[in-house]
Order: sequence, then structure tokens, then C-alpha cells
Amino acid sequence: MDIAPATFETFGEDMAEIALTLSGVAVAFGALRAVDGVDLSIPAGQRRAIIGPNGAGKTTLFNAITGVVPPTEGRVVFLGHDITNLPPHKRAALGIARTFQITNLFPSLSVEENMVLALRGLSPQKFSLFGSPDLSTADQDRITRALRLAGLADRSATVVTEMAYGDQRQLEIALALVATPRMLLLDEPAAGLSPSERSIVADVIRGLPKELTVILIEHDMDLALGLVDYVTCLHEGRLLVEALPADIRTDARVQEVYLGKPHHA
Amino acid sequence: MSGLSRSKSPMGALVVVAVLAVGVIAPYFLSRYQIGLATQILIFGMLAMSIDILVGFTGRTSLGHGAIFGTSTYVVLYCVTQAGMSPYLAVLLGIMSATVLAAIFALLAVRTNGVYFLLLTLALGMIVWGICLRWTQVTGGENGLRGDIRPKALADYKDFYWFILALAAMVTFGIRRFVNSPFGLTLRGIRDSDSRMRSLGYNVPLHLFIGFTMSGFFAGVAGAVYAFFNNFVSPSTVALTQSVESLLMAIIGGVGTLYGSFIGASALIALQNLVSSHTERWQSVLGITFTLIMIFAPEGIVGKFRALRAKYSAKH
Repeated sequence: MDIAPATFETFGEDMAEIALTLSGVAVAFGALRAVDGVDLSIPAGQRRAIIGPNGAGKTTLFNAITGVVPPTEGRVVFLGHDITNLPPHKRAALGIARTFQITNLFPSLSVEENMVLALRGLSPQKFSLFGSPDLSTADQDRITRALRLAGLADRSATVVTEMAYGDQRQLEIALALVATPRMLLLDEPAAGLSPSERSIVADVIRGLPKELTVILIEHDMDLALGLVDYVTCLHEGRLLVEALPADIRTDARVQEVYLGKPHHA
Repeated sequence: MSGLSRSKSPMGALVVVAVLAVGVIAPYFLSRYQIGLATQILIFGMLAMSIDILVGFTGRTSLGHGAIFGTSTYVVLYCVTQAGMSPYLAVLLGIMSATVLAAIFALLAVRTNGVYFLLLTLALGMIVWGICLRWTQVTGGENGLRGDIRPKALADYKDFYWFILALAAMVTFGIRRFVNSPFGLTLRGIRDSDSRMRSLGYNVPLHLFIGFTMSGFFAGVAGAVYAFFNNFVSPSTVALTQSVESLLMAIIGGVGTLYGSFIGASALIALQNLVSSHTERWQSVLGITFTLIMIFAPEGIVGKFRALRAKYSAKH
């Protein structure tokens, strides 16, 4: 499969040193605190993995960052903007893109139409009520580059429902990338994929532009730790450990939440 | 430039031209009664197509469009018969009032979906029906409003038919252009996944508001000319049955097909008139017919035809 790296535009000089800051962020569903007072700071351009057992609050944390679920407490700051109370579309306008744990595409549309929707999300052209649906050459190039980066260069005319699951996961990433975001949140991008498809997705993530801040949720520790600069481990909604990938494997607290406490006779 | 436009096959264009040609010459072969039916089909086809913008392209089923359509009819009849305005000005006011009403419906309904959207639009339609029934000084109550309001230039039934045919062609072109536009693509995106649309930067309620209002505008156009056709309006024009029948037309023709709305309108109006001339139990016959269509062609007549054509093309 063609996964030649594509060139992305740089983001200019307004990039703050810290891309994302969470201060005491909590998300409660009734009595359940799915995320419970998380403090997190992610430098711009860093690749960060969020790991933790099932129910640790990883996806809920993503939802709080992207605005799908507003935080019950705390503050979310993205590139110097307080986005705590912004709706998802305004956060996207600031440059936050995401993929979903369960594939979330436009199933009845073609790959190209999916990409066009992703591209025009931040463009006033989306309000053209009677305009031509055709793409400009520049937009077509951007779509081609993003599809190439995601390994889907030859699939633009395919309707999503006719695609293999692995290709749909790659399209998820392409959709998030085409509008040149500043931060990309990948929610288990390799979930449900075969080993060979995982390897393709890993190559796609490795090929992402260096300027892009990436936060990755992934259950496959080998895959996740091979892709990131730094790791945050959550447990029962709280931040448990932050460490380098090399240190996280040997951390006793991480081993405990994944494998359980050793029983001594 | 890339071609995102829907397929523009020469065969499709040929069919459209042929249908229009048949439509133009039809009055030379049809009786006055039949031309009346054809006019009615075109008007309700436009209404069904306006509903298709929401049902087929946005994934939102409205039961309030009868009220929007009927409001336009009421305003036109009131302006001409009670306020003594020119019929042309009355049409403009009718369309404007329908569009404003649709915008009000949209403001209340765009944050809902599924059965809640359906019930909310139904309830809003019922409010309009209640107002038309009880605001007797303006609406005439149960007696409605009556008057020969058709402009002199359209007084002849054939001229009126040709006028409606031209209007239906323009409305069809406009709606087709609208659903195929960049904005139309966003409606199809919302139909497939509004959560993904939000994450891509779309203000989904705003897009639904614009889509609903545009749909109401086209329903208003149909309602305004219905006033010229019927020269009468009563609460039954804004009643739930009007919304349901128009929705049925869109569904029978095939949601998301646009042209299917005219097929659906033809099927419903023709069946109503044909069957009712043979039996008093015509509603039962209609019910059975629609049940069979929903079982054997749930995608509607045009949808079924397209599916069969795709199957045939795949085989050969």
C-alpha cells in the first residue's frame, strides 16, 4: 500500500510552547466520576499516549478535550485559549481534530465526499447554498495528499460502506488530517485491526507532520509505546503515572493496574 | 476542478426533456378534469420534494410541512380576498410567511432528532391548525376563506397548468441545485453522522436551521400557488393529514430521489381519485396499496427502479 509521506503546511510562528493544559478536569455522570481531577500539560508537537485499563476514563477525557462532553469541573486551555465551555465545532475551528473509538464516518458518501466535508468544516464555502459542488485544484491537492498520507490514494471514488474495516480506520485519520489541525486525538486507531493493518496504521501515525501535537489512546502497549514521546497512565479517572515510554513498562503502579496486585501467601 | 456533481448522464437529461415535453403537450390530449389532476400533482409534487430535503437528504422527518404549506395558502387568500392586494404581491407575502414560520419551527426543532423531531414538528403543526380553526376573524374558522383569486393571465385552466409546470421545473432545478451544493453535502453529512460533523467544525443546529428554512421556503411556493389552484383554504389544508399525505408522497416516490416526489404525488392523487370513483372503501384500498409498496419497495418507486437498474448494470 502506498504510504509515502505527504508534506503539510507549517502552522506559523504563533505556536505556543504548551499545546494543551488540563487543570483539575473532572467529568461526572451522576455519582460516577469518569474523569476525576486530571491535570495534564502537553507541549506542542509532542506525541503523547494515554493508557489505562478499561474504564480508566481515557475516551471520556478525549470527549472533555473535544467538547463532546463538557467538563463538570476544571479548565481546558488549548494554545492559550480557554476552551472549557466551547462547543465541539468551535474547538475544531481552533485546530483540534479527533478520530473515534468506534468508526464514525459518513457511510453513504464516497471517500472523496467524506474528505470534502472534512476539508470544508472550517471554510465559509460550506454555506454555499446553490454553488457548484466541484473542488478547486488546491483543495483537490490537499485531499490527495491526506489520502496518500493515510494510504488511501486510490480509493477516492469508493463508497464508505464498501470499504474494509481497516481502510475505514485509515479514512478516520485522513478526515482528521485534511484540514491541517494543530492537535490530533486518536482514539484507539488500531482497534479491531489485523497485525498487518496495525502496522499500516502505525506507519501512518509515524508519517504525521512533526509540528502536529498527537494524543493517542491505544490498548496495544507495544504499538503505543513505539509511537510516542511520553506516556500518561490513567486509572479510575485519575492520573496515575506520567513517564517516558521506556520507564512506563517497568513502573510498578502501571503493572499493578494492568495485571493486579501480586498475592503473597 | 474535480467532479463532485452527481452523475449527469445524457440518458438522465434525455428523460427529463422527454417528461417535460410530454408535460407541455399533455393539455392537448387531456380533459379539463385530468389537467386539473395533473396541476394538483405538480403542486403536491413540489411540496413532497420540499419535505424530501429534510427526510431524504438531512435524515429528519417533518410532520409540520402541511402547516407551512397551508399558512402560505391562507396568507395568499387573506391578502387578496380580505385585504384587496394584488395576487402577485400576495404570493410573495405567502411565501415569506411560510419561510418565517419554517424558521420558527426550525429554531425549536433543530436540537432534536429521530422521533423527538417528528413529534415536535407534529405538535407545532397542530398549533398552527388550532390557530386557523379558532382565529375566526382572520381565517374564517371552519368555513375557511374563499374567493376567485387567480390572476387574469392565468384564468384559463390550460394556461394555469403550463404556469405550474414551468414553476415545478424551476423549483425542481432549484432544489436539485441546493441538495447538490456544498451546503447540500453538509446536510447529507448530518444525515449520516452529526457527531462527526461537529468534530469537523460544523455548527450542526445552524445547518439544520438553514436546511429546514429552505425546505419551508419551497413548501411555501407550493402553498402559494395552491391558493390559485383551489381558490379556497380551510383548516384541513394545514391539518396533520396534509403533512402525512405529503410525506407519504415523498416516501412512495423514494426519499432522497427528488423526482420521486412527483411519482409519489401522481400515485397518491391518481389512486385517491380513481379508487374513490369506484368504491366508498377507497381509503382501505389505498392503505393496502401503500402497505404493499412498503413491503416490496421500501426505498420507494424511483428508489426501487434505481436499485434494479444498478443490479442489472452489475450483471452486464
